[in-house]
Amino acid sequence: MPGLGTSFGRGGATTAQTDLARADAILIMGSSMAENHPVGFQWVMEARERGATLIHVDPRFTRTSAMADIWVPLRPGSDIIFLGALINYVLTNNRWFDEYVRHYTNATFLLRQDFKDTEDLGGVFSGWDEEKRQYDPTSWLYEESPEKETRGATGTAPTAGGHGQRGGEASKSNIFIKDESMQDPRCVFQVLKRHFARYTPEMVEEYCGVAQDVFLKAAEAFTNASGPEKTAAICYAVGWTQHSKGPQIIRSAAILQMLLGNIGRPGGGILALRGHASIQGSTDIPTLYDILPGYLPMPFFDVGTYTWDKYLEKHTAQTGIWASYESYIVSLLRAYYGDNAKKENDWGFDWLPRVTGDHSQLGYWLQMEDGKMDGLFVIGQNPVVGAPNGRLQRIALSKLKWLVVRDMVETETASFWYDSPEVRRGELDPKSIATEVFLMPAAGQAEKSGMFTNTQRLLQFHNKAVDPPGDARSDTWFIYHLGRLLKDKAARNRSARNEPMNALQWNYPTEGPTAEPKIDEIDWEINGFTWTDRKLIKSYKELKSDGSTACGCWIYAGFHPEPTLNKANQREPKDYLGHGWGFAWPNDSRVIYNRASAAPDGKPWSEKKKLVWWDEQKKTWTGLDRPDFDLRKSPDHPGDLRNGKGVDALPGDAPFILHSDGVAWLFVNSGLKDGPLPAHYEPLESIISNPLYPDHGTNPAAQTKQRPDNPYAKQPNDPRFPYVLSTYRLTEHHTAGGMSRTLPHLAELQPELFCEISPELAGELGIINGEWVTITTPRGIVSAHALVTSRVRPVTIGGRKIHTVGIPYHWGWKGMAQGDVANDLLAISEEPNVRIMETKALVCNLTRGHRFPDGAGALEQFQREIQRVA
Amino acid sequence: MSTFIHAMNAPTENPDIHSSHTTGFFTDSTLCIGCKACEVACKEWNDVPEDGLNLSGYSYDNTGSLSFSTWRHVKFVEGEIKPGDGGNSGNHLSWEFSSDVCKHCEVAGCLEACPTGALVRTEFGSVFLQPDVCNGCGYCTVNCPFGVVQRNEDDGRAFKCTFCTDRQKVGLEPACATACPTKSIMFGNLEELREHAQSRLSDLHGKGMKDAQIYDPKDTSVKGLHAFFLVRGDPRMYNLPPKPEVPIVYQKDAWRSAVIGSGAFLLAALIAFTGSRHSSRSQRKVSARRSRA
Amino acid sequence: MIRELLSRWPVIKQIQTGADGTGPESWSERTRHLVPKNHGAEVARSICPYCGVGCGQLIFHKDNKLVSIEGDPESPISRGRLCPKGSATYQLHTHEGRLKKVKYRRPYGTRWEEVDLDTAMQMIADRVWDTRERTFVEKNDKGEPVMHTAAMAHLGGATLDNEENYLIKKLFAGGLGMSCISNQARI
Repeated sequence: MPGLGTSFGRGGATTAQTDLARADAILIMGSSMAENHPVGFQWVMEARERGATLIHVDPRFTRTSAMADIWVPLRPGSDIIFLGALINYVLTNNRWFDEYVRHYTNATFLLRQDFKDTEDLGGVFSGWDEEKRQYDPTSWLYEESPEKETRGATGTAPTAGGHGQRGGEASKSNIFIKDESMQDPRCVFQVLKRHFARYTPEMVEEYCGVAQDVFLKAAEAFTNASGPEKTAAICYAVGWTQHSKGPQIIRSAAILQMLLGNIGRPGGGILALRGHASIQGSTDIPTLYDILPGYLPMPFFDVGTYTWDKYLEKHTAQTGIWASYESYIVSLLRAYYGDNAKKENDWGFDWLPRVTGDHSQLGYWLQMEDGKMDGLFVIGQNPVVGAPNGRLQRIALSKLKWLVVRDMVETETASFWYDSPEVRRGELDPKSIATEVFLMPAAGQAEKSGMFTNTQRLLQFHNKAVDPPGDARSDTWFIYHLGRLLKDKAARNRSARNEPMNALQWNYPTEGPTAEPKIDEIDWEINGFTWTDRKLIKSYKELKSDGSTACGCWIYAGFHPEPTLNKANQREPKDYLGHGWGFAWPNDSRVIYNRASAAPDGKPWSEKKKLVWWDEQKKTWTGLDRPDFDLRKSPDHPGDLRNGKGVDALPGDAPFILHSDGVAWLFVNSGLKDGPLPAHYEPLESIISNPLYPDHGTNPAAQTKQRPDNPYAKQPNDPRFPYVLSTYRLTEHHTAGGMSRTLPHLAELQPELFCEISPELAGELGIINGEWVTITTPRGIVSAHALVTSRVRPVTIGGRKIHTVGIPYHWGWKGMAQGDVANDLLAISEEPNVRIMETKALVCNLTRGHRFPDGAGALEQFQREIQRVA
Repeated sequence: MSTFIHAMNAPTENPDIHSSHTTGFFTDSTLCIGCKACEVACKEWNDVPEDGLNLSGYSYDNTGSLSFSTWRHVKFVEGEIKPGDGGNSGNHLSWEFSSDVCKHCEVAGCLEACPTGALVRTEFGSVFLQPDVCNGCGYCTVNCPFGVVQRNEDDGRAFKCTFCTDRQKVGLEPACATACPTKSIMFGNLEELREHAQSRLSDLHGKGMKDAQIYDPKDTSVKGLHAFFLVRGDPRMYNLPPKPEVPIVYQKDAWRSAVIGSGAFLLAALIAFTGSRHSSRSQRKVSARRSRA
Repeated sequence: MIRELLSRWPVIKQIQTGADGTGPESWSERTRHLVPKNHGAEVARSICPYCGVGCGQLIFHKDNKLVSIEGDPESPISRGRLCPKGSATYQLHTHEGRLKKVKYRRPYGTRWEEVDLDTAMQMIADRVWDTRERTFVEKNDKGEPVMHTAAMAHLGGATLDNEENYLIKKLFAGGLGMSCISNQARI
């Protein structure tokens, strides 16, 4: 999210899957798209068959590599060295798209005198506070940008996640100084050149383990496919995000695409591939602690946004879309609290809970483990299999007073108290677990209506076919009726603490014998309407800050413009981008920032790569996509960044309308907690020390959450854990397995847990294909079948042969396909911006044989084993 | 735009499906991503049960082979892995996937061998095993040159790919071809598919993929396949024998005279049994249904 | 009757028509009248519940029962195609392991008990309200509004509908003041 969000303005994929077919080259890295998004991959195949070059960078030779023209194996966790070297290749070989870079990025902007780069300070940027382990990002601002009174962006708050940073630039970045020559040593372009100068093909060979000729083959293929006549796209997934520096890996890709002029253009862009049906939807309309719908940040204490005035000041920009921040938040509060939200009570702002600590999943799970929590709802997720340090996850559940699990099957999370590995080896005893468990049967998608938002920001409605079986109900039903019961309780006591409950608007009409809430009513609220006459709005531009509009999610405004017109349920595609089918936010633009598909003068960069353009006769923007731009703003509109307001203040050649300067950010002046530019750090557990910055081996701002029940290997190069471990998914299963391990037709395709190792490693350890092996980390022990394959290969780093062990994580102890929980091996760790754990690069040991028996003596053996390595 | 794109855009309701046309499968392994959607889509549509939860240790193939309860099977062939080269580079074979299926042979061993009339040729030119007629004699299983047909020991009867005849009757493509994400499985008019396959092959050869070849043996007694393949390397790696022969085809004349000779005897026997209200066939159907339930 | 029986016998047909016994003369009644199982079913247009690609699905159903689920050829994203998981969506809804009743485990209990849905809803509401009453923080020591409870949490959302997530955030954060809300989505 913040990787794309800080670079371009919105934390979503910049393009559509179908548009990949128009690419001249596609780089897939941090993803095995053919395996995990097979149907989306058809568009990659179509591009390939039209002549595009497909490059796959992955430690393993996967089913995606098998489709690629070029496969580049690299050491897990060395992604930023590789991407940095691509950036350096572009900069040193004059391959950047000059006009695009000058006009559409902040390359020409001057930085402050006091900014210091990692190259100057040996691995940290200026502003680093070694004691607090955090940055003061003031020195990252543009020269002359006035600081805001409320210092620091929301994204820089120690307790904050990064999801809502876009509503909180730390400065008025609409004010800056440019060096049009791009020669000033303090301009972003020159800073970028110096920063990446050490990321060379030699460095890639030495520390990614990629031969220089292989690197150059990929670099040439990708850069040759970029320019006015050509475009190249990048696809990534959790192979980039689940690192202690994930957003910075994505930032590297963003910088590369900005330099090559590949954003906002057909066949270009960055496609974030999401692993769940509505993972984009669940950040847009978040079930997250740090944001409200539409990426409006929650009130935070540590950036001083806990009062209404400070909150508005912090998040309202002078220029660009965020200038209307007040309209978005007031309309949301109106949707939440109805007539109870009044100007006099700041629209009920004080009823929102304040974020006072690390309230993210991993943060609160440690609180749970420490016995500080009462209750937990788990809805459609299986954390004891899917989350890191599974043993800690399960033991923590035993310390709750109550647990509510809603799913289609009995998951391991629901059954931890009687059949988890901890129970089987005598570590937990049902008779001493106080946790009350409610396992509630949930409806499947065929049994309810509603909408998912897919990986390309497309809202798609699914229509109910049949009733759910027995007592299974939709989650809408569950939350609505639970809310009704709780409101009854609140109504009995009109105390101050009950004010938010009593003020909450909760009058959803129901239908049918089970009293299912009418989905239309909720959709109308999400879309937004005028408060007094209940007319549905057609665009977020209609939202007002005076309480006259209500809107549950401003970025979705317009998807349901008439009571009977739900654009998410449209099923008549008219063109290759699929207009007429579903609704893409924002404003049905399928490729966002598409103003950049035209040159500053409004004409397409080339006939071949046209997408939207300025029609001089009709005085409007037009084209193959909905322009993500003010339709009537001419390309030569001067704008007035210094004194103007809102989107009107942005000039006619500023495609990135969420940024108050209107351009894409090569250099991120606010919003990231670990630096304005990507720098390579080793994984939190690594085989080697950091070759670039010996004094800062790992991301200095990441949190290890190290404690006795979440231990780490010694860093770096712990001799007890000589191999690199990387986890991943398979086509045949879905995440933590609740929707696949239970199905005969899927279970039989990948019936048991295995790990993949190279013939070289198997030879060293005397392992035969198919036999049991045991993988150990300081957190856990997992036994799996060895799949010995030359698709996994050792890399030579610093003259030393380094082996990788690959393991898919879908298995648990329930369902038809069973196996140890691979995530028991992982540590709970938090990347600073989004608080994600590192799953793709850590260290482990591997030995022959099955070492994890159940029953008598198992606990003692487990402890001995752990102690042996701890 | 290449013919590939054209084929990829083929609608599900295929205009080629008419009784006047012979339809076929062209499975192009150079487009297969090994996802096994064909296996699942087939089992879901045809209500074929799961047949074993065993990790084979052989690449990602845990299905093993075609059987009475697996009518599509994706074969995984691991070759040489070289940094710099993806699987689409022409140089060498790295990791290939190919979805196997009943070949619906032009001269089908199973069909020739079936003594009960359970195996028939459909209006689409495919070989269809009628579950309501099969008596489980098993002659077909030993006469298939590809080892495709197999009896379900619990049920007694033989089963194999139906070519989704039920779907074809109303103009729908078979379930596997419908699901296939990359249109590695193409379905359509057999002759057009054969033409397309030739042009695909010359494209691939032009790209340097010299080891690509079409597997459609016409010079043996099977006389060509209605489900044919494009594979890289030796077809034997994909369970495709180099010279498949129909065992029974050489005995066909002998069989015919034997059948006619015994006809008179069988006629007399049938007349003797006309008193029975239920044919033995319908009884078998009921009991078979019970055993499947 | 004999004539009818005889005429249906493949050998007779073969003799009559000169066919070789492998063609229409051997088609059974069932074969002759084969229709796809979704023939005459109603169809609901849906979206695959697995990954983020968002493939279109056609859900065939008859008499409130699922018949089959396959790709929607009109979808500009998927063009009717599905991966193995998407292809298994029918089984996802109909397999034997589907939960149909509430299961309840009491503190220190050693087995599941059955509880009816309404009772379970009341019990959950009671637990939530009790926790909120005991752990809600209105103000910090400086008198500034905190208005939250961090003693109960929510997890999940990336597999849910937008409408479901909307209500969860609205009730749990906007009403109850729960600050610990999270899901699979991170980045």
